[in-house]
Amino acid sequence: MTELTLVQAVNRGLAEAMRQDADVLLLGEDIGTNGGVFRATEGLQKEFGAERVIDTPLSECGIVGTAIGMALYGLKPVAEIQFLDFIYPAFDQIVSELSKFRYRSGGQYPCHVVVRAPYGGGIRGGLYHSQSTEAFFCHTAGLKVVIPSTPADAKGLLLTAIHDEDPVMFLEPKRIYRSVTGEVPDGDYRIPFGKARIAREGTDLTLVAYGAMMVPTLAAAERLAEDGLSAEVIDLRTLVPLDEAALLASVEKTGRLVIVHEAARTAGFGAEIAALVAEKALYSLKAPILRVTGYDTPFPYALEHLYLPSEERILDAARQVGRTG
Amino acid sequence: MANATLTPDARVSSGEFDLPPSAWVEAYRTMVLARAMDERCLSLQRQGRIGFYVPLEGQEAAQVGCALALDPKDWVFPAYRELGVALVRGVPIQELLDQFIGNSGDRLKGRQMPNHYGYRAQNFVVASSPLGTQIPQAVGAALAARRRGDAVVTVAFFGDGSTSTNDFHAGLNFAGVYRSPTIFFCQNNQWAISMPRSHQTMSATLAEKAEAYGFGGVVVDGTDLGQVYRAVATARARALAGDGPTLIEAQVYRFGPHSTSDDPKRYRSDAEVAEWRRRDPLLRTKEEIMKTPGWTEAQDTALWTEARSRIAEAWKAAEGTPPLPPTSFLDDVFSERTPQLEHQRRELLGLLERKVVHE
Ligand SMILES: Cc1ncc(C[n+]2csc(CCOP(=O)(O)OP(=O)(O)O)c2C)c(N)n1
Ligand SMILES: [Mg+2]
Repeated sequence: MTELTLVQAVNRGLAEAMRQDADVLLLGEDIGTNGGVFRATEGLQKEFGAERVIDTPLSECGIVGTAIGMALYGLKPVAEIQFLDFIYPAFDQIVSELSKFRYRSGGQYPCHVVVRAPYGGGIRGGLYHSQSTEAFFCHTAGLKVVIPSTPADAKGLLLTAIHDEDPVMFLEPKRIYRSVTGEVPDGDYRIPFGKARIAREGTDLTLVAYGAMMVPTLAAAERLAEDGLSAEVIDLRTLVPLDEAALLASVEKTGRLVIVHEAARTAGFGAEIAALVAEKALYSLKAPILRVTGYDTPFPYALEHLYLPSEERILDAARQVGRTG
Repeated sequence: MANATLTPDARVSSGEFDLPPSAWVEAYRTMVLARAMDERCLSLQRQGRIGFYVPLEGQEAAQVGCALALDPKDWVFPAYRELGVALVRGVPIQELLDQFIGNSGDRLKGRQMPNHYGYRAQNFVVASSPLGTQIPQAVGAALAARRRGDAVVTVAFFGDGSTSTNDFHAGLNFAGVYRSPTIFFCQNNQWAISMPRSHQTMSATLAEKAEAYGFGGVVVDGTDLGQVYRAVATARARALAGDGPTLIEAQVYRFGPHSTSDDPKRYRSDAEVAEWRRRDPLLRTKEEIMKTPGWTEAQDTALWTEARSRIAEAWKAAEGTPPLPPTSFLDDVFSERTPQLEHQRRELLGLLERKVVHE
């Protein structure tokens, strides 16, 4: 075990995978000499060389398209997109190509690329350094979507992603890259996909979140306990595949559900969770399902503190739900 | 440094397109103002009074020279580093500082990070962060101006790194096919964050990429105000005469960090920076100005003092400008709020009233 920040855990995960398997290589902008703008790849070019930690020209389309070709040939490329907000030049490669190679070839051409991208707000990044657009990728069949919230999960889920056989969107909560630290197992450490983490057990209501939103959600749960409300907190970890069983079991126990994400509300992943619970656990519910989310606007710069779900907003929603029924 | 003119054109060196001698001092004044803004804003960022800043130091002659060769009616499609262009276009310093703070004086209503600004009155289209996107847009606006019969050109500003984007290639291709009255003004500052120009593309110059799209590209010394002006004025005249687009590669150097989030010591040597600093565009322009009869060192000092005090004054006013109204971020998503957005606005007002969230 080593105490690491989340971004260090990503770094150790990448290093571990590269030591294990010479087929693993990294491509991205500023990832080599500079070690990545968030330092996620710090030191890796030194250890593994410029042939395996590849500084690319400024083209996300080039990065992902090239990674796809490498994967088709059998390598295990990990592509870094500097900010999730800059992924759109590669959207065609991801949505039309990466996600569909296996399917459109009847299984002949599996295409295993991991696309890593820092996502989310709270860093005064304005419109284009803050977005949380995981729902696009969840809506695209053929992509697994992973969002860790702790250093241990970052490493464990990343190693699973790199050894998986399918395309994985690995979205990293940059707001807590350095603010969250924790013990991380050394060496090869893997966390299976599709297994949510019960971050806190409780009986009165369920709070569901993922990524950077785990921080205010857990803080709100703490405060609810002071009110005498016992909140269960679920960290989804992987949105695709989704751990339905954990979600439904919790709601069946508590009868109350608040969903938290920083993405815009309309057609956000919270809508999927709410629909699922309405379909499969409606009769367990004692109160309406509430969502605490970003607003249906682009991500604002100056007023981001109002846009982003906060501990107070989560608490407010949880208290409304907690009082009902 | 390469100095080749890829499409030789007699007009390139004729006096018709030279920056008039009377305009040099004013150009220099703007360059000094831009550099003084850098100085001040970097320090404001360090003090935490603005959140972020993108310096332009080293690129003043390229930007000011280019902007001076344009007509106010021409449309500028900037990236995020074009302070010198904004100043020439007449964007008031306080407007810029208000934008950097994101207060109620900010014409963009606090929506964007510092440096990502735009001002309709100055035909300075609002910048975004995703690189290269403005390039085909500039082509479209140029085609629209032509369709309307307006004597207007458009200028897309972008860096060396941005020549690798999809949008660069799509934009140049369209411009070539439709012979749009567009100037592609590439400031090759030798770096795209940590990626050196030499690794960005194996083309010998960036300018020569225009050849593949069927029009001319020229390389200019972007630290030379006169040379930049001449190239842009020439390209503009050609565009208006129906001779199509031009790609201009202005070779410059980014003296400072990519942005306040960057540490250039991780990827380049101090010696390289020092080497380029010897060709500091401000020094080179000052040398020219010093040839003006009667121009003294004291006048130079006065320019700096004037610039710094103008900025200090504008900053004071910007700092005293009230913050944005808290629900303002819900405006301008559409021409009118949808029922959903109206509902969300009411929700936010409720949260504010119950003190769940705070201005
Ligand atoms: C599509 C896209 N990818 C990545 C980025 C992140 N990024 C911001 S600036 C930059 C380098 C740009 O270099 P260049 O085009 O040379 O312009 P300069 O900053 O040197 O003026 C990068 C990679 C971005 N803004 N947009
Ligand atoms: Mg550059």
